Amino acid sequence: MSQALLSVDNLSVDFSTYGQTHHVLKNVSLDVPARSQIALVGESGSGKTVTMKAIMGLLRQPPATIAGGRIFYDGRDLLTLPDKERLKLRGTAMSMVFQDPMSSLNPVFTIADQMTTILKYADRRLDRQRNGRDRLARVHEVLTQVRMRDPERVARSYPIMLSGGMRQRVLIAMALLSEPKLLIADEPGTALDVTTQAQILKLLKDLVEARGLALLMITHNLGVVRETSSYVYVMNKGQVVEHRPTAELFAAPREDYTKALIAAVPRLTGGTRFGTAEVAP
Amino acid sequence: MTEIPADNSPRRLSNAYQNWYRFSRNPTAVIGAAIVVIVILAAILAPWITPYPEHVGAVVNFRARHLPPSAEYWFGTDNVGRDIFTRTIFGLRISLLLALVVLGTAVPVGTVLGLLAGYFGGWVEIVIMRITDIALAIPPLVMALAVAAVLSPDLINSMLAIAALWWTWHTRLIYSITRQIRTQEFIEAAETLGASKFHILIREILPNCVSALAVKTSLDCGFVILVGASLSFLGLGIQPPTPDLGTMVASGSAFLPDSWWESVLPGCAILVVALGFNLLGDGLRDLFDVQEVR
Amino acid sequence: MSAPMLEIVGLTKTFPVRDGLGRSAGAVRAVDNVTFSIPRGQVYGLAGESGSGKSTIARMIMGLTPPTAGDILLDGENITGRTGTRAYGRKVQMVFQNPGSSLNPRRTVAQSIAVPLDAHGHPRRERAGRIAELLDMVQLPADFAERYPHELSGGQKQRVAIARALAVAPKLLVLDEPTSALDVSVQARVIDLLVDLGRQLDLTFLFISHDLSLMRNFAQQVGVLYLGQIVETGPTAEVFTDPQHDYTRLLLASVPVISAEEEAMRPKIPLIDGEIPTAEKLLALRQAAKP
Repeated sequence: MSQALLSVDNLSVDFSTYGQTHHVLKNVSLDVPARSQIALVGESGSGKTVTMKAIMGLLRQPPATIAGGRIFYDGRDLLTLPDKERLKLRGTAMSMVFQDPMSSLNPVFTIADQMTTILKYADRRLDRQRNGRDRLARVHEVLTQVRMRDPERVARSYPIMLSGGMRQRVLIAMALLSEPKLLIADEPGTALDVTTQAQILKLLKDLVEARGLALLMITHNLGVVRETSSYVYVMNKGQVVEHRPTAELFAAPREDYTKALIAAVPRLTGGTRFGTAEVAP
Repeated sequence: MTEIPADNSPRRLSNAYQNWYRFSRNPTAVIGAAIVVIVILAAILAPWITPYPEHVGAVVNFRARHLPPSAEYWFGTDNVGRDIFTRTIFGLRISLLLALVVLGTAVPVGTVLGLLAGYFGGWVEIVIMRITDIALAIPPLVMALAVAAVLSPDLINSMLAIAALWWTWHTRLIYSITRQIRTQEFIEAAETLGASKFHILIREILPNCVSALAVKTSLDCGFVILVGASLSFLGLGIQPPTPDLGTMVASGSAFLPDSWWESVLPGCAILVVALGFNLLGDGLRDLFDVQEVR
Repeated sequence: MSAPMLEIVGLTKTFPVRDGLGRSAGAVRAVDNVTFSIPRGQVYGLAGESGSGKSTIARMIMGLTPPTAGDILLDGENITGRTGTRAYGRKVQMVFQNPGSSLNPRRTVAQSIAVPLDAHGHPRRERAGRIAELLDMVQLPADFAERYPHELSGGQKQRVAIARALAVAPKLLVLDEPTSALDVSVQARVIDLLVDLGRQLDLTFLFISHDLSLMRNFAQQVGVLYLGQIVETGPTAEVFTDPQHDYTRLLLASVPVISAEEEAMRPKIPLIDGEIPTAEKLLALRQAAKP
């Protein structure tokens, strides 16, 4: 358990709204070993986003309270770590790729401005010495890594001058700035067209494999799970209901919930029947 | 195979309960609402709760001139021996009446013009919004001064002057909200369903303006009362002996600093009323923001 | 039986483009000479990505925007350019993509469903009964009538939107990505409902979507829309197993799938690295090339 890069151990989270307490996460455990590609799949309200926020330390408390459990990163419990130490990890050792390429970038700053600022704060947190020119060079380097043809031009651009797919690449590049070991991707590409999404997923997979990163892919799309992960955790109503190697899960799901979920996905080959049979034509 | 529960519906709590819950946990809103309710009740019940209701008129009692606050005269007495507490409570009536009349005309007029300009666009928008811009350029106080100078300085004229300009703020507000809502899908849906323009304006767009309107109107109550008090202070509003907070501050200021209570305490009353409405408005804004986000 | 429910002939929509000074600088052809027809009782799928013109086609059918050229025949009747939706709103209704924004947040379910009833002169005293009937049709409890949209889940909202569209008993429903905002299990239930309703009420559907897997199982005929033009059309099974146009192949190759059989039928083309010529971009290029 402790050799995993990220390990969530029996995490429980409660939310209180209007004086009522809801158990949003119930004893969630999951492991992300180094260099592995893990998917966390669930429908809305399953708790996958709350899990992600708890890992990144983005839960707003209140209304949320962590009722129990531990989150280990590299052997250290993030929940008991002093805020300052935890902040050092965020965006550096573990980074997040955000979902919405439209609203995750500030429209009034150029890409270079936004990325060098992020890098500056990361450097400060980690006591790294780097001057402005080196930072810009690093920005160009990561933009090249996400296969931008003309990184200098992209860096000079404002978000509005880029297409949705390019903006999503910029978000991935931002996550790579401080050479993290773990990427947490929150439904990347769902806001984009299918053809662009397919490219983004391929890019992400190639990057993770080439650079030896661990990937935690949070998604509601079973197709994305199959394309990007080798091991999958299925969540429903705040619990992990099934977790197995991805290929096995699709070949022979065990839990009723997983079976129903897979059955609900329409197949490109056809044969998914819609409509209830009882209804007389 | 088990069925995935079709649609998990959020647990149902009544709207009234949810609103009350959020309201009761918002100190700003609660304090503001409490002040506003107390002020309104005090104004309505003034003849029964004040110790000397007859002091509202031209009563003169020279033996009780310039008395400091005491158990007998809570806020002290003025230069002709009238109870300032009594006159302050009655003064609230004038302030609230001013707010009621000004906003009672400005809000409906501003809302209708804003809806029309925002929804129809084109020349309707150009005409309404340019008139609004022109009117916005004139400060209400200056307008009231001008009206008072041309006509006579009294309550009716100052109300008219303020109301004649106040609608512009509401027009701009409703205009911008309408512009934003007009492009939303549910308006397009209503159009494809065959709804009339009247229906779309009144039943679809207007309900979405109500929260912003409530916030703005509440904040405005405070501002209108302040403007009214300023006019009275300058001698252009309510004429003596009718008790008015602004007039009382002005006449009391002649006896500063010795008889400080004659101007300071009515001044505090203005402060409290304006503060109450502002707190209520801010509280409502917090309340509705949560709802919009949800 | 004879005439198709909907016939679209040479439909074209151009939007004027202005330069920085507001002068006319040519026009963008958002929809370019689109022709297709839907037989009664069938589901026609219109597949395309953003900027392909699919929403513009829906808006023209609904009379929300007039076409530049071409004809729209509904049930044999030419309705081209009728923007007054009341004239033919009884026959065609629309279900929008996002049920969160197509229902007015300040109006109850009953008030929303009452809009088309009132607009089409439905007798007032039968209104409550009709609303209950419609809610039953979309399998929602009758007491949902007094709820506000924020008290409903996404699937329930979309059911309300369907009930509202069915209120005046239309013959054609335009479905603009009706399930793209929903979870997959909820999506399955909503499509179940649409299929059942289609059979019960003898409805014809125009199904607009970018979800090819769903389209494969829901639509009998499909048209692939790219840059405002239908580049490929035919029975869904044929188009998907043997795509002829490069864009159709690219679309199919991009679909994330969950089984080896599906993977086998996806065209084996490398996903273009770098920027795919998006509809938006090509439109801009084409417009620049025009005098």
